[in-house]
Formats: sequence, C-alpha cells, structure tokens
Amino acid sequence: MSTAPTTAPAGKSTRSRRDDIPAPAAKSSRSRRDNIHGWAFSAPFLVFFLTFLVWPMISGAVMSLTGKSLTGANSGFIGLANYTEAFADQDMWRSLGNTLYFTLISTVPLVVIALALAALVNMGLPAQWLWRLSFFSPFLLASTVVSLFFAWMYNPELGLFNDLLANLGIPPVAWLNDPSVAMWAVVIATVWWTVGFNFLLYLAALQNIPQQHYEAASLDGAGGWRQFFSISLPQLGPTTVMIVILQILASLKVFDQIYQMTEGGPGGATRSIVQYIFEAGFTGYRLGYSAAISYIFFGLILLIALAQVFTARKRSA
Amino acid sequence: MATTTLSKPALRPKGSTETVPNRRPKTPLSRILATVVVSVLAVAWLVPFAWATATALKSETDAASTPISWIPASGFTLDAFAKVLQSGNIPTWTLNSLFTSAAITAITLVISASVAYAISRIDFRGKRMLMGVIVASIIIPPPVLIIPLFQQMQSLNLIDTYWALILPQVIHSPMVFVLKKFFDQIPRELEEAALMDGAGRLRIFTTIVLPLSRPILAAVAIFVFIGAWNNFLWPFIATNESSLLTLPVGLQTIKSAYGIQYAQNMASALLAALPLIVVFLFFQRQIIRGVATTGLAGT
Repeated sequence: MSTAPTTAPAGKSTRSRRDDIPAPAAKSSRSRRDNIHGWAFSAPFLVFFLTFLVWPMISGAVMSLTGKSLTGANSGFIGLANYTEAFADQDMWRSLGNTLYFTLISTVPLVVIALALAALVNMGLPAQWLWRLSFFSPFLLASTVVSLFFAWMYNPELGLFNDLLANLGIPPVAWLNDPSVAMWAVVIATVWWTVGFNFLLYLAALQNIPQQHYEAASLDGAGGWRQFFSISLPQLGPTTVMIVILQILASLKVFDQIYQMTEGGPGGATRSIVQYIFEAGFTGYRLGYSAAISYIFFGLILLIALAQVFTARKRSA
Repeated sequence: MATTTLSKPALRPKGSTETVPNRRPKTPLSRILATVVVSVLAVAWLVPFAWATATALKSETDAASTPISWIPASGFTLDAFAKVLQSGNIPTWTLNSLFTSAAITAITLVISASVAYAISRIDFRGKRMLMGVIVASIIIPPPVLIIPLFQQMQSLNLIDTYWALILPQVIHSPMVFVLKKFFDQIPRELEEAALMDGAGRLRIFTTIVLPLSRPILAAVAIFVFIGAWNNFLWPFIATNESSLLTLPVGLQTIKSAYGIQYAQNMASALLAALPLIVVFLFFQRQIIRGVATTGLAGT
C-alpha cells in the first residue's frame, strides 16, 4: 500500500479521462502507471496469499512424497508410497465413510429445517427480532461451548435427553457411547448450532421475492401452501443450490464438535477424515503420510466441486 | 457465485427490509398456528442455554445428583463462576481471542479491500489471472493446509506465538470477491472527478471509495471476526502454552482438566459464550445483515 503514490506524477494536467484517450503516448504511460498501481494495491494480499496459501499447498504436496516425521527425520523422497498405503488403509476409508455419512445426514436437516423455519417466520409473525435471536444466536458460539453444552445434555444419568426419554417411558440411550447413535447425537448438536445461519440466508432470500407475485397469486385464489410451492420455492432455487453446496463443503470439513464430544469414538465410529489427518500428523508423528491424506481429501472436494460445475453447466445449457 | 441476490440489502437504507412482514394477506388462523409452532421451536432452541445456566448456578453436589431437577435442593449459588474466575485463565483467553480476532479482521480488511479495489478499478496486466486464482482458491479447505502450515510455522520458530495464530488466518478469498462486487457498483464519476483534480489512487481509495463502502466493510468485518473468534482447529495446533490459548482452545483444556465438575464446566462455557452474545444483542441488526450479505460467498 505504501508504495502507491499519494499524489499523481508529473504531467497530470495533460492526462486524459479513461474513456477518451487522445494520443497513443498518453495511453502507454497511463497503462504503465496502471500496471504499477494495480500490482501495488494487490501486493499486500498477494504476499499473504503466496506465503500462507500457495506455499503450503506446494510444500504439502512435496511432503506427501516423503516419509517425513514430526521430529523432522526421514525427509527423503519415497515416491507415491504414502498414497498407496493410504488407499489400502482401512481406517482412512472408514474415516472418509464417516465423513460422507455425517455430510449426508447433517446437510438434509440443515437445509430443510432452515427453509421451514424461514418460511414460518416470514409469514408475517410478530417480534421478528426474537426469532432471529433464538435461532441464530447458537451460531455465535465456539464449537467448544456447543460441545460442552451437548455432552452435558447427553450425559446418560444426569442429562436432559435421557430425562425427557424417561418421562416418555423410553429406556435411556447411551448417546455418545453407542456406535450406532453417536453420529446422530453429533448431528443434533450441529443442527442446533448452525441451522440459524442457513435460516438467515433463506429469510433474506424470501424477503427479496417481490410482493407483487404473492398479490397476483392471491387474486387468483391461491392459498398459502399453493403460494409457497408455486412462488417461494421456485424463487428460492438459486439460493437453495448455493446453500446446499456450501453446506456440503462445510460438513465435509467437520472436525471440532466430533473431536470435542466423542474424540472420534466409540471405536472410531465418528472419526472424520480431518481428524484422521490431524491424528496421523500429530499423534502418529507422520507428517508425510498425513499430507498425503490431506491431498486425497482435497481431491474429493475438487471432485464434488467439479461435479457441481458440470451439473450447473448442463442445466443452463 | 450467487452473491448477487444478497448483496443488495446492504445498499438499502437502514432497516428497510428488516421487520416488514412480507405476506400480509394471510388468514389469521394459519398465522396463529405458525406463531405457536415457531414459539415452541424457539423455546426448544433456548433450552441448552437455560440448562447450562441452571447447572452453572448449582453447587457441584446438586449438579451431580439424581433425579435431575432445574431447581437445586440447596438453592442457587455463584460458586462455580467464582471458582472458574479465580482459578483463572478465562480472562486471559478472552483477551487473547479479542486481540487475535481483531488483528485478523483488521489485516483481512486492509489487504482484501485494496486488492479488490485494484481488480475493480485499475486496468493492469495480469488482473484477470489474479482474480481467477483468487476465486479458484476458494475451493481449498483450510484443514488441507494444517500439516504444511504447522511445518512452516515450526521452521520459522513461530509456534506458540500470536503470529502463528494471526498470519495464516487473514486470507479470505470469498471476501475479496464480495468487496470487488461492491466496488463495481460505485459510480466511476466520483473518482474521475478526483483524478482530474490530481488526486492519487491511494487518496481516492481511502477518501472516496472506502467511506462509501462502510456497509460492506462492516459486513465483511463481522463475518471474519466471528469466524476468527470461534476458530478451533488451527489455534489448537498452533499453540500449546496456556497463556497464549484462545477461548475455544482454552475451554477444551479445561474440559479435560476439570473432568466431572459439571457446574464449573457450564460456568466456563457460559463465560466463553458471553462476549459474542452481548455484542450480538447490541448489534443484532448489523450482524444479521452482514451475515445475509456475505454468507453465500462461503466461509
């Protein structure tokens, strides 16, 4: 930033406006100055971008081809050995499967519940701020806070959930300790935590739908349900596509709340791929192997993103 | 990306869309029904807060006694809060979170706004490629970078410093895109007049463009701040020393240290939740609009 001059260089009086350039000479001097200014304004971002994004991407790729450990030993090249090991690694596949499972069973409620809440609140309810406050405020909590809240509510003897079940005459559930339930328990906590975000996006989109659509529909005698399905839902199409994509990408990265509530257990039943990357590197001390799994995970994300671009192209074609 | 649909509200005058109910012609019955359903859900949504508060206000004995009850046998007490604040790292962690999040937000705003301005306004060689690279980088998930970033920070001797917490968290490519879209909408005439008067690019940027962009800058700042405040994975990796931890990471260490002290666990969690909740109560409108504006650009 500091390299950009605060006063224009000499010859400013003859400088033309951008749209009517009188002489070629003026044009070339303008474009050279623009080149300098453009890169000067971009430089601060670029420095961070290259240092903390591009460089780690490259060094991670290189590292994945080595047997490097956390202590720095064995940094020699071993070719694709890490990748062949990873593709034969049952735990890696299991973590990947858990991650996809979490993504599936979290994305559906996080989109559907958000839409339903937004549609209800948008029906002209009083005290709009109150509903936003209730549903969105959990989003402002750190994952650790959410995990503490829910681990406590999931407590087998002292928790609210089993108390509620007991009142309904249902036997207690070992929420976080039962391999077949734990992932659902994590999903319930996640929905409570983040659904308010999608809810706000839907609410904003609903309020952007022109009022005339609804007025015309009610003149034609369309009821509330009819209006929702024939006006709101189609108008929300693009928003829904974006919310679903962003939600899938966010869910694939799941780590915090799982690690905090179950540490990936019981018996690896909830361990996500990001946790596997973390553990391979920091408890297994195998940076090279961990970097290779990071790249496999990245490949998966790329595939999903490309699939999305492809289907979007097809639809618009 | 589909930011277009949502970047408009920021330009509207204050509060124009906020509280206007959208569909007036409704039968009262369905609206009453909707109110009841939403109320029940809203109460359900507040239960985790309420239960945590009730627990934090109990003695440890009452918190761990069965059958569970909202009202403790020996009355409510502030013991758990007092103990947590005395044994005390929470104030330190709060300050760490505040400092690092503020630094991350400030750096992000400065570097993102200036590159976005360059791309929006200046015709320089390589600009399309630059924008393409920035947009493409949105797809890189941060967890993919943790291993090489840790290695990098280690070789720079920055592990267990504020630098390690702040520096890798300031690249928010989606925000560059959001800002660029906003700058594109500002009429060029304003700047051209200043250019004619001999003002330099930096002057124009800081005295004309930035003041006009306050709503979007606030939105980006809010989004980045919340993300930084709550980020867990990278601070968890980059710091070990107790005095340097941020709130979310510090809380994780408390959880394992205190074990079964439920009242103290809940008191710590509530104290950690407090700052952002208070900020939210004061700036609800701005925060909600900020999220709606920048939200679809990705996290």
